[in-house]
Amino acid sequence: MTDPTERRLLTPEEYLQAQNSPEFAELKSRFRRFAFPMTFAFLAWYLLYVLLSTYAPDFMSTEVFGNVNLGILLGLGQFVTTFVITHLYVAHANKRTDPISDEMRERLEAHAYAPDGGTDSHETTGGATRA
Amino acid sequence: MPDLIAADSTIGNPTINIAIFGAFVLVTLAITFKASRNNKSAADYYAAGRNISGTQNGLAIAGDYLSAASFLGIAGAIAVFGYDGFLYSIGFLVAWLVALLLVAELMRNTARFTMADVLAFRMRQRPVRMAAAISTLAVSLFYLLAQMAGAGGLVTLLLGVTGEAAQAVVVTIVGALMIFYVLVGGMRGTTYVQIIKATLLIIGALVMTIWVLGKYGFNLSALLGGAQDMAVEGRDVTKPGAQYGATETSKLDFVSLGLALVLGTAGLPHVLMRFYTVPTAKDARKSVVWAIWLIGIFYLFSLVIGYGAGALVGPETILAAPGAVNAAAPLLAFELGGTVLLGIIAGVAFATILAVVAGLTITASASFAHDVYASVIKKGQVTGNGEVKVARITAIVIGAISIGLGILALQAGLNIAFLVALAFAIAASANLPTIIYTLFWKKFTTQGALWSIYGGLISCLLLILFSPVVSGGPINAATGKSTSLIQDVDFSWFPLNNPGLVSIPLSFFLGWLGSKLSKEKPDELKNAELEVRALTGIGAEKAVAH
Repeated sequence: MTDPTERRLLTPEEYLQAQNSPEFAELKSRFRRFAFPMTFAFLAWYLLYVLLSTYAPDFMSTEVFGNVNLGILLGLGQFVTTFVITHLYVAHANKRTDPISDEMRERLEAHAYAPDGGTDSHETTGGATRA
Repeated sequence: MPDLIAADSTIGNPTINIAIFGAFVLVTLAITFKASRNNKSAADYYAAGRNISGTQNGLAIAGDYLSAASFLGIAGAIAVFGYDGFLYSIGFLVAWLVALLLVAELMRNTARFTMADVLAFRMRQRPVRMAAAISTLAVSLFYLLAQMAGAGGLVTLLLGVTGEAAQAVVVTIVGALMIFYVLVGGMRGTTYVQIIKATLLIIGALVMTIWVLGKYGFNLSALLGGAQDMAVEGRDVTKPGAQYGATETSKLDFVSLGLALVLGTAGLPHVLMRFYTVPTAKDARKSVVWAIWLIGIFYLFSLVIGYGAGALVGPETILAAPGAVNAAAPLLAFELGGTVLLGIIAGVAFATILAVVAGLTITASASFAHDVYASVIKKGQVTGNGEVKVARITAIVIGAISIGLGILALQAGLNIAFLVALAFAIAASANLPTIIYTLFWKKFTTQGALWSIYGGLISCLLLILFSPVVSGGPINAATGKSTSLIQDVDFSWFPLNNPGLVSIPLSFFLGWLGSKLSKEKPDELKNAELEVRALTGIGAEKAVAH
């Protein structure tokens, strides 16, 4: 099933080394700088919509055209922003985070973060077993 | 038409309804049998060998997520209450962004089979696994209860089965089928059932949407006007407040519901488990993108279907039908396309329930076998096959419990979207805070995880127990019965129907406090491993080669 080289587990030290590497710091920061503010933004926009619907029904009942009022338009706006944020996230991941994580994964597989630089003689401890 | 329905408690032709449902069952059984040939290992049984493609998984997620609550409950809520019903669909959709941005890929990279794999990763294994398994079972059972209640209502409406004993027989058949899918097909069979169901459901909803819009010249304003003309006296269905605007308490309830919906999805164990069926994190991302599009489009359809049912059938007819609000979509199908369209929609609704309960059952049984049996009871000294055997037995037990609950739920008559909202509140309170802390806060400790999971779960359950849902609800003037589960007693002191507003912040607070007060030092090495694996995908479980 899995070939022998892949079965050689990474040691805890390798993970620590990888975590402390500058490229990982960059990966983490790129991921968080997008995900955290965006999460804050869409949650705030959603809660604003819920609060307006609840506590400002007259405002939300403002008719825009025919029987279509502001509340229904803003509700449909929630759908639009959800689709747009989905698209932005995928574009961000493809362009900004995937290249780093792909490269790091290859280096980890080659044991490039091992203290001895990844020579095959290195003994694995098995400390990095799966949960 | 309304007279016809009033004269006879069923609509359409039960034979056609049963025939279409039977055809769905036969096709899916055949596929399940075929899928079962590849089920060899635990990864096959729990995670479909991680061989499901991103697109397939997106459809399966939609199939897992668009439950009877979405189809019947939301359409019904919009038909009767208009705007306030719309909020359900918005919350259910926006919630997927939490899953996409913060949870899906990181969980795919670090878990094997269950939510607890990630939550217990850098903690003391056994207590955290136990807690995560208990909350998984609690959420799944609440969700199952909602689905079974939906099955019961649908049966009454569509098959012309009215006696309590006969209804119990039908619920038992649904439950037995679900157990069969799970036992024989495992996750792979369940996935195929969900894919077929999602396809049918979305096509069915599309047909009804176009049909309704066509009747109103593709003019949304005309449709809203039509719904308003038929609305219950004194109610404006295009404006907020019809259901929740009455008092300050009901307004708070609306906010509480909104919070539970948006934070619940990413903590639903059966949704999380779907991420483990794809080969890589990129496929997990792709599947969430597909799911968001499919689910979003479906909810736009349900807006039209809901207002269409309000305009063409009318809320009074809907509320008088067996199944009440949940009958809106089937009644609209009958109004539009007669017995044949009703038969198709009824078949799709049954398929919906079957696919969702199968997904819930496999999740709950996996959590018990993998987390409680293999890790806590046997301390890891068990083979994959032994674990899967326990999972299969658990699936039968859970199936039996949900059949029992379903039979009880027949008498309750609560809106199923509302019951599902309670499951979301538990998921958002017990699971989501711990997931977020585990993935993003390195000082989170075992004690923090336990306080957050148990605190969220227990506060949620207690608040529901002492809410108007269980006792002391207002008396409905028409039927003379209370809206609560228990009649004629009142021990409620918590005013809100949905506990999310209190229990979700409380759980986040307890997670923080428990970690701060804990003497335990966070495991730095495990934390490094979790973080590196989550973001790079190294060491992630691979697909099974066949």
